[in-house]
Amino acid sequence: MPYAIELLNITKRFARTTANDDITLKVESGSIHALVGENGAGKTTLMETLYGLYQPDSGRIRIHGKEVSIRSPHDSIRLGIGMVHQHFMLVPPLTVLENIVLGAETTRYSLLDLKKTTAEISELAGRFSLSVPLDEKVENIGVGIQQRVEILKAIYRKADILVLDEPTAVLTPQEAVQLFKILSELKEEGKTIVLITHKLNEVMAISDRVSVMRKGKIAGEVETAKTNPQELAQMMVGRPVLLRVEKAEKKAGEPVLAINDLSYVDRRGISLLKKVSLEVGSGEILGIAGVEGNGQSQLVECIAGLMKPSSGSITLDGISISGLTPRDVFARGLAHVPEDRIKRGLVVEMDVKENLILGLHNQPQFSSRLAVNRKSIMDNARFLITKYDIRPVDPDIHARGLSGGNQQKVIIARELSRNAQVIIASQPTRGVDIGGIEFIHRTLVEARDAGKAVLLVSADLNEILSLSDRIAVMYDGRIVKVFPNSKVEESELGLYMTGSKGDSQMKAVGS
Amino acid sequence: MISQIFSLAFLAQTIRITVPYSLASLGGVYSERGGVVNIALEGIILNGAFCATVGTYYTGSALFGVACGIAGGLLTALIHAVISIHIKADQIISGIAINLFAVGITKFVLEILFQSSSNSPRIAGLPHIHLGFIENQPDVANLLGNPLVLATIFIVIASHFIIFKTRFGLRLRSVGENPEAADTVGIGVTLYRYYGVLISGALAGLAGAWLAFDQHSFTDGMSAGRGYIALAAMIVGKWNPLGAAAACLLFGFAESLQIQLQGGGLPTQFIQMIPYVATIIALAGFIGKAVAPGADGIPYEKEK
Repeated sequence: MPYAIELLNITKRFARTTANDDITLKVESGSIHALVGENGAGKTTLMETLYGLYQPDSGRIRIHGKEVSIRSPHDSIRLGIGMVHQHFMLVPPLTVLENIVLGAETTRYSLLDLKKTTAEISELAGRFSLSVPLDEKVENIGVGIQQRVEILKAIYRKADILVLDEPTAVLTPQEAVQLFKILSELKEEGKTIVLITHKLNEVMAISDRVSVMRKGKIAGEVETAKTNPQELAQMMVGRPVLLRVEKAEKKAGEPVLAINDLSYVDRRGISLLKKVSLEVGSGEILGIAGVEGNGQSQLVECIAGLMKPSSGSITLDGISISGLTPRDVFARGLAHVPEDRIKRGLVVEMDVKENLILGLHNQPQFSSRLAVNRKSIMDNARFLITKYDIRPVDPDIHARGLSGGNQQKVIIARELSRNAQVIIASQPTRGVDIGGIEFIHRTLVEARDAGKAVLLVSADLNEILSLSDRIAVMYDGRIVKVFPNSKVEESELGLYMTGSKGDSQMKAVGS
Repeated sequence: MISQIFSLAFLAQTIRITVPYSLASLGGVYSERGGVVNIALEGIILNGAFCATVGTYYTGSALFGVACGIAGGLLTALIHAVISIHIKADQIISGIAINLFAVGITKFVLEILFQSSSNSPRIAGLPHIHLGFIENQPDVANLLGNPLVLATIFIVIASHFIIFKTRFGLRLRSVGENPEAADTVGIGVTLYRYYGVLISGALAGLAGAWLAFDQHSFTDGMSAGRGYIALAAMIVGKWNPLGAAAACLLFGFAESLQIQLQGGGLPTQFIQMIPYVATIIALAGFIGKAVAPGADGIPYEKEK
């Protein structure tokens, strides 16, 4: 089969790193080609170079066998390349229709000819089962629909090569299945698809070939039918990786964290938490599954003292912590790994050793009344950096300079070093690479085995399923289902996560 | 009493005040819809007024004066555009600098040309179009027949279509809301932001020209905060041309009410507060929350 895309010896350097180092990648016409690799392996940079957002320092590009020079997205669009970026490139206050035509408008008497365009787009949408509300503003539609808009945008521009960057990161399992169906149809129509992902089950499910990138280089290319997730993971990380977390069955102890009828109404009067009740026992991990924005953040922030609940109670070891300041909550034995590590977890302009004592800075071993104790801060940093394998091994480097995975390890090291009884981990591995995920998962399981109560909130179902002892599903500010163990199908969870199944109110109490 | 206040003369007064507000406010709409905050409107108005005065004085042609006013506005806006779009400096600081600069440079050149740092010599006004009705009310007829009044009405309506119904408007809005998205579909972010700021310069320059012709001379600092009021009107009007013009009309109304009420027994100080109180009440939100374009005031960095 002829090649649709040939990237030949592409090298792209940024100020301090080489994102793509002499990469050659060929994609057969009419196939689905997966591009996998850890965060920072250079997948997105490579594809954004193809799309004209970056200029390579060296290397050549051929499209359908013809050598081309791509200086801007304008060129790539003309060559029939479309890209669905990980963060959607949509303009929220504009309508779906306006977003689709933006940059490729049809005009009549110098006014936008939306009538003619509507007809064209409706036809395309019908052909590829990509139904979207054309007159709705993008800010009012869900991410799943937004993604369809992005795909339509590319097809409307007559793209026959479609690059999708981590397309399922924001989707529910049902939406992901729907997306894969659409991609298969596009392939049937003869389109070439490049799928950037780090989810190996997706690679196995849909791709024809896989290229693996590691540290800016191609680590291997195989036919999907002739490989398996284990082999791919090893290629990605460069060493054998445990894909499943090893953990022994364990009975939960007495409830440590208890939440009863917790509600939260925001300033606009919108009810974000509706009488949520749950208990987490010592030595158990309670996983909260759910599509983001269904109250998980508010639940966590209410427990951590960052928000004041409107009603309901939160007790830790039988003592109420509801309405206390974060500092008092922490003093009672709570550790919090926040979902947004840059905003809430770290002060990125401060160095690692300082970040490792945030919130502990007023403890006597780190500071007297007058000055901080530099030596003990440094000793603490050295100890934690070794224990949690934080790289680079440098207590003085700014937290900004660390990779996402290592930033996350700094937070986890600090929070676990508090020796708290309850650990709340919110999206603990978001944006963390496979190697880091393995380490963080093991650490959380170890904490559980040491008798801690762990509340895990994650949008990643794999993570929920492999770590949790019990699973609660949140939808629309409520706990709609509690599974007493983690023997649940993803699709089953998905139904509850989208509200298509579930009791109006469940109490995640007792096990 | 009421009929005395709300006379045709009052209407004329309101329009006189509203025209420069509207032009500058529309300028703000174009600039900010494209993502560049333009508090330099104040200085642009002043420079526009000055250039219009000088152009008219030396050629005797009001039309040439108007062109000079627009050119002066464009040039001043160009400075703001280069600083905020190319150099990516803070747009508020650039705007303040331009406003201070305009006060100084106009005084300086005024002194050189006319040996006065406060006034220019008298210039002729704009020729009127004869409308054929209300000729028994010459003040009003002259005002409504003023080509700039007609132009302003046209520009307000045209701007609504330009911003919301044309390819240019769609692209301008996308650049101000999410420049990255615009970039990925091949729209030149820098180019459209320049368009937005330059159009605002032309319109605010025209507003300046109006002031000069209305007063038949240039006086030191004659923009008198109109650029800021225009910005307030833009926000009250939610960055929409029609809304901004309506807000300007409201402010124009409040101001001419203030003028009419003077000498009516109430303390002047209170009466003079009316337009500003109206501004504050309007801004404080009895019209609901106004949401600025998503990337308003944020320079666009391509390769991060």
